[in-house]
Amino acid sequence: MSRYLLPLVAVIVLVVFLSIGLTRGDPRALPSPYIGKPAPQFELPTLGDAEKTVGSEDLAGDLALVNVWATWCVGCRAEHPFLLELERTGAIPIYGINWRDTRPEALRWIQQLGDPYVASGFDGSGRVGIDWGVYGAPETFLVSADGIVLHKHLGPLDKAAWERDFLPIINSEGSQQ
Amino acid sequence: MRRLLILAFAMLSVSPVAAIDTGKAFDDPELQARYDKLISEVRCLKCQNQSIKDSNVFLASDLRREIRRLIEEGKTDPEIVDFLVTRYGDFALYRPRTTGKTLVLWIAPFLLVLFGGFAIYRIVRHRMSMPLDDDNIQEGAAK
Repeated sequence: MSRYLLPLVAVIVLVVFLSIGLTRGDPRALPSPYIGKPAPQFELPTLGDAEKTVGSEDLAGDLALVNVWATWCVGCRAEHPFLLELERTGAIPIYGINWRDTRPEALRWIQQLGDPYVASGFDGSGRVGIDWGVYGAPETFLVSADGIVLHKHLGPLDKAAWERDFLPIINSEGSQQ
Repeated sequence: MRRLLILAFAMLSVSPVAAIDTGKAFDDPELQARYDKLISEVRCLKCQNQSIKDSNVFLASDLRREIRRLIEEGKTDPEIVDFLVTRYGDFALYRPRTTGKTLVLWIAPFLLVLFGGFAIYRIVRHRMSMPLDDDNIQEGAAK
């Protein structure tokens, strides 16, 4: 009997590892190294007015969302109605980083689909995107009042993800203050 | 037929020459060598089984541009690697650094070899104690 014990244990260990590996969701999703750490400092010209800037200073003092978007990004179009809905409820200020885009196209997008953002920074070269560790739009960061990244969402943001991942953090942040 | 074959192979040889990295080469060959080495060891986060040297996704070209800039600013290789790891995590490197978090990656193969070696040793020892062939078994049984 005992001669079967070792292979049996080995198989069980293997099955456990495989089932974790195969069911852990998107294998391409990377955890952000910024979670729990200060968000990268940034300052960008705004999308609407290149003379004005938006950046870390504007975010400070409030729990805020930083949403990385672009007009070439299909997922951004999918999440746009939800961002508008969030903005209507006034739950949280949303700041945009318009990543690797062109101004005319981005402005047209805002005109046609609506503007959920307090302000969008225009990051045509992608420098700020790299600083934030962005590798595929849309990405949404939840940043605390004192500038700590609390959560990062990959892909289109929707109600389910909002309620599952964001609300619990937002609620616990609110109760701490 | 032979000419056709030669032509076919000649055409095959053309595609790899089409460079993905269209940036200007460094004047200093030493810097160029560092640059080439770095970009071949950084994973393209968008196309995860390619290095940023092999990918023409814009994120890869952006990262190449950043690495080029950092080299021009006189940053050392560890500083550049740090720059990438702060932003994208250890996963960005094809050759992960030895830190607490990546230690298991480095020692796991050796542990597995040890474990396998021990298993083989046990099996071999066990077989050595067995009789050599069937006759002996019968003899042994008869005794």
